[in-house]
Amino acid sequence: MITVKQLTKRYARNTAVDHISFEVSKGQIVGFLGPNGAGKTTTMRMLTCFMPPTSGTATVAGFDVLDKPLEVRRHIGYLPETPPLYPEMRTTEYLTFVGKIKGLRGPELTKRVEYVLGRCAIADVKDKVLGKLSKGYRQRVGLAQAIIHNPDVLILDEPTAGLDPKQINETRDLIKGLAGDHTIILSTHILPEVEQTCQQVIIINKGKLVATDSVSNLQYRARGAGSVLIEVAGRMGALDASAVQRRLEQVAGVSRVILKDTRDNRLVFEVESERDHVVRGDLARAVVEAGWNLNELRSAAVSLEEVFLQLTNSDAANSQADQAAPAELEAVASKVQE
Amino acid sequence: MRNVWIICRKELRSYFVSPIAYFLLAVFAIVFGYFFWNGVSAFVFVGMESQMRGEGFPMNINEFLIRNLFLNVSVIGLFLIPMMTMRLFAEEKRSGTIELLATSPVRDFEIILGKWLAAVILYAEMLLLTAVNFLWLFKYGNPDWKPLAIGYLGLLLQAGALLAIGTFISTLTRNQIIAGAGTFGVCLLLWVLGWVGEYQYTTWSRVISYLSVPLHFEAFLKGVLYTKDVVFLVSLIFLGLFLTARSLESLRWRS
Repeated sequence: MITVKQLTKRYARNTAVDHISFEVSKGQIVGFLGPNGAGKTTTMRMLTCFMPPTSGTATVAGFDVLDKPLEVRRHIGYLPETPPLYPEMRTTEYLTFVGKIKGLRGPELTKRVEYVLGRCAIADVKDKVLGKLSKGYRQRVGLAQAIIHNPDVLILDEPTAGLDPKQINETRDLIKGLAGDHTIILSTHILPEVEQTCQQVIIINKGKLVATDSVSNLQYRARGAGSVLIEVAGRMGALDASAVQRRLEQVAGVSRVILKDTRDNRLVFEVESERDHVVRGDLARAVVEAGWNLNELRSAAVSLEEVFLQLTNSDAANSQADQAAPAELEAVASKVQE
Repeated sequence: MRNVWIICRKELRSYFVSPIAYFLLAVFAIVFGYFFWNGVSAFVFVGMESQMRGEGFPMNINEFLIRNLFLNVSVIGLFLIPMMTMRLFAEEKRSGTIELLATSPVRDFEIILGKWLAAVILYAEMLLLTAVNFLWLFKYGNPDWKPLAIGYLGLLLQAGALLAIGTFISTLTRNQIIAGAGTFGVCLLLWVLGWVGEYQYTTWSRVISYLSVPLHFEAFLKGVLYTKDVVFLVSLIFLGLFLTARSLESLRWRS
């Protein structure tokens, strides 16, 4: 649905977007992730034909952004960071206007306006003046104008910025519900949002592509086969922590054991193992054979946050993205979050 | 072309949903009403005086009254035109709605034409107020309607040119006041460029004074339609709209 090749945007002094390439297939929700000023908005603006790229190509729904901008715009719904609302207009009037400039006419226009009013739960403010709506409503009216012409592709720039937690959840659910009919790119710097809404994630930093993968893959790869949290309890009385640690270290493949927590007579260890070495069975057996109780044994999940910080902080992120990504992820794999 | 009309209607609505349009129309109606009343009174006074002296002074209502009033309208326009165009693009840039227009399947020239047309229509509505006054002249006198029509054409063309320039200046900033003040300055300069030609007779001074807008309006006032004047004013409209288009395009490259 969206193909981006070596897309670059250069301003007089700096390069906002530097040779990024990615693809998005139909019906997906893709999270576009990066710190502020990473080039997210610029990339989105190039995809929506708001501004032309300096070099490189992008096609949306089969149309090139430079050759066929009008066709691209017909297939794109765009919600900029601040919803583009005319404060003096009323909701229905505004949606009708947007529908018209997007090419809808007559009964179809009326039908679509009715539809988006219901879909975005803004029917109760349909006669209100936009300038007087609350932030949450404004955002939803913004979303409504983006989907009014039933576009194949939806581009949402920080759709949940500035909303309260309840509104954020509502907006997320709305976006998730739209995914079947539309291909969605949403930018954000809020990580849980990506984990909750997106299937795929594109991470950029300082204008460069750092990683592109599915959310679960990224977490998995970041985790490596690596870290396991293990909770051991004595069957009677307290345990000698160092004894347990020594025993765990003896298990084949284990590279490091760290005592994370001590509660009553229970001990929690984080066990790092060599990559791709399955040690869980051996760990369990070692604990049980030593006569202790095995309370819990689980992967130490790395949140996307950790991956993200690793990817965007390191200097290596500046090297060519495609080659850098796997190496970066390995580096992350050795770090595990609590 | 349909998009032009959609944009135009939206602009007209936002003129009339806010107090801007009503305010401009009211100010104009009051000021013009005073000029009209004053003009008619003077005309009647001079007419009565000449009759009392027994000189059957041939007085032409077009020449003595309407011509002056049209000149006044064009001067009032000089002040009101910046207020009509200042928000056209500056406001869209400030509130970010320009992103909606620029990412919709409409061409830049359709946006520009729609906005400019809305301003022209607002100005034309202002002229309509003058027509209400002039109708009384037809009731109690017999003015010639042809020079009147040409005068209106001249006013519209002149305003069209200044509105196009105002539209262009509005794309340069996101501040309405700056857009308005800038437009006023440029329009005023175009007004007084003719001064240069009054004491100097070099080629340059002639070229500069030829660019003066009132110079090309004079003939319209007299009810004379010169092709060169029409061409000049229409060219100015095109220049203004062309610069607007370039400015919007450069906005896309820069912003």
